[in-house]
Amino acid sequence: MIRSSRLWSWIAFALGAAYFLLPLAGMFEFSLRARRGEYSFQAYQNVLGDPQFLATFGYSVLMAGFTIVLGVLIVAPTAFWVRLKLPGLRPVIEFVTLLPLVIPPIVIVFGYIRLYNTSSWLPMTGSALGTDILLMCGYATLSLPYMYRAVDTGLRTIDIRTLTEAAQSLGAGWITILGRLILPNVFVAVMSGAFLTFAIVIGEYVFAALLNRPAFGPYMVWMGSNKAYEPAALAVIAFSITWACMALIQLATRFQKFTKASR
Amino acid sequence: MSYLDLANLEKSFGATRVVRDFTLGVDKGEFISLLGPSGCGKTTVLRMVAGFEMPTAGAIRIDGQSVTDLPPNRRQIGMVFQAYALFPNLTVAENVSFGLKVQGVARAERDTRVAEMLDLIGLPDLGARYPFQLSGGQQQRVALARALAPRPRVLLLDEPLSALDAKVRVSLRSEIRAIQRDLGITTIFVTHDQEEAMSISDRIVVMNGGIAEQVGAPFQIYNRPATRFVAQFVGTLNTLQARLVDPARGTVALGDSVVTLDRVVDRPAGSTLTLALRPEALRLGHVPDHDAVLPARIAEVEFLGSVIRVRAEVGGNLLSLDTFNRPDAPPPAPGSQVHLFAAGRDFILLDD
Repeated sequence: MIRSSRLWSWIAFALGAAYFLLPLAGMFEFSLRARRGEYSFQAYQNVLGDPQFLATFGYSVLMAGFTIVLGVLIVAPTAFWVRLKLPGLRPVIEFVTLLPLVIPPIVIVFGYIRLYNTSSWLPMTGSALGTDILLMCGYATLSLPYMYRAVDTGLRTIDIRTLTEAAQSLGAGWITILGRLILPNVFVAVMSGAFLTFAIVIGEYVFAALLNRPAFGPYMVWMGSNKAYEPAALAVIAFSITWACMALIQLATRFQKFTKASR
Repeated sequence: MSYLDLANLEKSFGATRVVRDFTLGVDKGEFISLLGPSGCGKTTVLRMVAGFEMPTAGAIRIDGQSVTDLPPNRRQIGMVFQAYALFPNLTVAENVSFGLKVQGVARAERDTRVAEMLDLIGLPDLGARYPFQLSGGQQQRVALARALAPRPRVLLLDEPLSALDAKVRVSLRSEIRAIQRDLGITTIFVTHDQEEAMSISDRIVVMNGGIAEQVGAPFQIYNRPATRFVAQFVGTLNTLQARLVDPARGTVALGDSVVTLDRVVDRPAGSTLTLALRPEALRLGHVPDHDAVLPARIAEVEFLGSVIRVRAEVGGNLLSLDTFNRPDAPPPAPGSQVHLFAAGRDFILLDD
C-alpha cells in the first residue's frame, strides 16, 4: 500500500517536473541552434555582446534595487504598525495592497502621465531622473501585493507586540525597534518579497515602454520581434539570473544563525 | 511620599472599567506583588506603570516626578515578560547590552556591565549563545539581566515564572528575590499564584474586579484577610456557620461549643455569622485554650510527607485540616469518629 502510494507520488512529481522542465529544455535546445547544423552558444554570444543588453539589464537591476528599498521602506513600517496598533485596519490594508492586481499597469501609467506631465504642477516626466522616480513608484506599486504579503507573513511568525514592548522598556525608539529588531527578524520574508519585486521589475514592460525608459522588458520585446534564436537565449539567461537569486536567498537564510529558533 | 506613587489610577477599555481607583505607594527597594485571578486588572496596572497603557484617570510618579505622560522608552523602567521576549536575532550578550547601547554607553563599559549581569544571573559563559539555544529558565534569567543592565528605577515582572516548570519556578523565584535584595531595586511582581506572591513579597496587593481589596504583608494578608474575597483567594479556607451570642465579648455558639472570638462583633445578638478557619488552625488532639470542639468523622487522609492533610466531615460540611507528620503518631483512619479543636482567636469573621 505504502509502496504503491509512493510510486504514485513519484509519477505525479515526474509529470509536474516534465510539465515545467520540457518547455525549458526545448527552449534551451532551440537557443543553441543559431549556427546551422551544429549546437553552439552563438545566440548567447550575440546577446551578451550586445551593448544594449548590458545597458538595459544594468538599468533594470539598478531600478529593481531602488524599488526594493522603497518597497521595504513603505511596507515594513506599515505592516508593523497595522499589526501592532491597528489590527482592525488589516482587511482594509490588504484590500489596498491587492488593488495593483486589479488595476492594469496601463491605467496607472496613464494616470502618472496625466498627473505629472511637463505642463502639470509637478512635471516629473520632464527629466530623466523624474521619470525614473515615477517608474520606481510604479514598480513599487506593482510589487506591493507580494511585498506586503511576504512581510506580513514574516511578522506573524514573531511576537512583535512583546518584542516591541521589551525594546521600548529598554529605551528604544521606533527606528531602533524597526531597524535592529523587527527587520532582522523578518529578514527572510523581506528577502522573498525583494526577490519577487526583482523578478517583476526585470520583466516589466508597460511602465518602462510608456515612460520611454531604457529598461530590460522593452529590450526583450524588441529582441523577440526582431531576432530568432536570441530571444530564447535571453529567456534562458533571465531564468538563470532568477534562479541564482533564489539560491542566494537560500544561502542567506542558511547563514542566518538565529533562524533555527523554535518560535 | 513613596518612591513609586500610583494615585487613583483608572483604566477603561470602552465601557469596561478594568482598574478602579487604584492607589498604592511603594517604598524604595520594596518588593510588591499584585495578586489576583485572571482579569482582575493586575497586569493592566503594571502596563500603566510601564507606559504601555495610558490611564483613563490618575497619576503615576517615580521619585516625585510624574511619568504619567512619558512614553515607555523614557520612563527608565525595566520589565520582564511572561514570554521572555528575548530578541531572537541577538546573542545573550547583545540582548543584555541592548538597553545600554540605546543609552549610548561606551563599548568598554557595556562589556563590563554585561559580564557583571551574566555573573549575577549565574550564566557567565553563555554570552555568545542565541536565545533558542537556552532553556526556558535560562532565557528568563537573561531577560532579567537585560532588564536590570540599564539600572532602571523600577523593575516590573509580569508573571515571569508562569511559563516555567515547577522546579525551575521555585528556584528562580528565590534567585529573583536574592538579586532584587542585592540591588535594592523597587519591584512590582504580577502573579496569580498566591504561594509565589507570599514567598517573595514584602507586601501583597490582592486585587479583584479592578480594585485593591487589601494591601499588606503576606502574614497579615493570610492571617487577617480584610474581605471575604481575600480570605477565600489566599490559602485554603474552611467555612462554618455560627450564631452570635454576645456581640460585645464576641461569643458565638458553634454546634455544642461556645467560642469567644478575639474581637467585638458589630452585629445583633442571635444573627448568623460565617466564620472561617485555616486548615492549620484545626487540631486533632485536645490543646489547652482551644475552646471550640467539633465532633467529626474522618473522610479522607492525604499523606504529603512532612504534612498530613485530613478532610473531616462536620455537620454535613467537609473541613480540611493540616498536621505535621510525626513518626510516633500515625494519622487517623478514614471513617473514625474524632473531635476537632480550634482556638477562638484563629477564627476569621467573613463579612456577608
